[in-house]
Amino acid sequence: MSEKAPDLTLQLQSKPKLLSSVRSMILSLTQRVGFDEIECGHIALAIDEALANVIRHGYEQRDDEPIHIGVWILNEDRPGIRIMIEDEADQIDPDSIKGRDLEDVKPGGLGVHIMKEIMDFCRFERRKQEKGMRVIMEKYINPEHVSGTKEPHSPQAT
Amino acid sequence: MTPNEELTINIEKRPEMTVISPQGDIDLSRAPGFRTNIAEVFSEKPAKVAVDLSGVPYMDSSGVATLVEGMQLANRSGTVFVLVALQERVKSIFEIARLDTVFKIVDELTQAEEV
Repeated sequence: MSEKAPDLTLQLQSKPKLLSSVRSMILSLTQRVGFDEIECGHIALAIDEALANVIRHGYEQRDDEPIHIGVWILNEDRPGIRIMIEDEADQIDPDSIKGRDLEDVKPGGLGVHIMKEIMDFCRFERRKQEKGMRVIMEKYINPEHVSGTKEPHSPQAT
Repeated sequence: MTPNEELTINIEKRPEMTVISPQGDIDLSRAPGFRTNIAEVFSEKPAKVAVDLSGVPYMDSSGVATLVEGMQLANRSGTVFVLVALQERVKSIFEIARLDTVFKIVDELTQAEEV
């Protein structure tokens, strides 16, 4: 578990109209980190889905609640990016956060599936406060070069 | 043209089909307006609806959910529902969600006339 401070932090209110600005920032950052164009778009989509889940389910569409984003640029043996998104909504069982069965075609329920499909690591957990959930996601530039398990160097719980 | 935040939606009623042409990103903030437009089109019970996505560079799962709702409306009313000209990023979310084989998808509007 790394205690390194994030390279970039952002706090925003749970307003859907802010999502496009976050996407633009993530696209710019991932390009600079070295991901190709398709991967940059995918990472922005995964972040967008995570934020949309917080707004829709965590805050039940309330648009004045806080969302905290931390971004780490990963170097050394696992070049890539780690994103942590935290909210202050009611806590739920992390194991209950699942994508729907894709064979059952219906509106909704795709966000978690998309996040897990795109990212090399995706874990939901409770924050160590009375309130709030977090999701930690990692994407590596050359995942085929990564050895061992997909356990990330996750930041310390706060 | 219907202003909807930064999403603009053009609806064209042709003899052979109704064409819905959104322009801009479709995400959580813009999907509700898109959903309203699709519901309005289906309320007129068209024989065929084509959604021209050539002007949509980005779509998240709320946009996809809106199109799934459109497909369900189409199935209930016997309307042919076709998606046209998906950009690469939009196409990839359909592939990730494994919906690329569920929808009728064509590359050009003229092909939608043949569906």
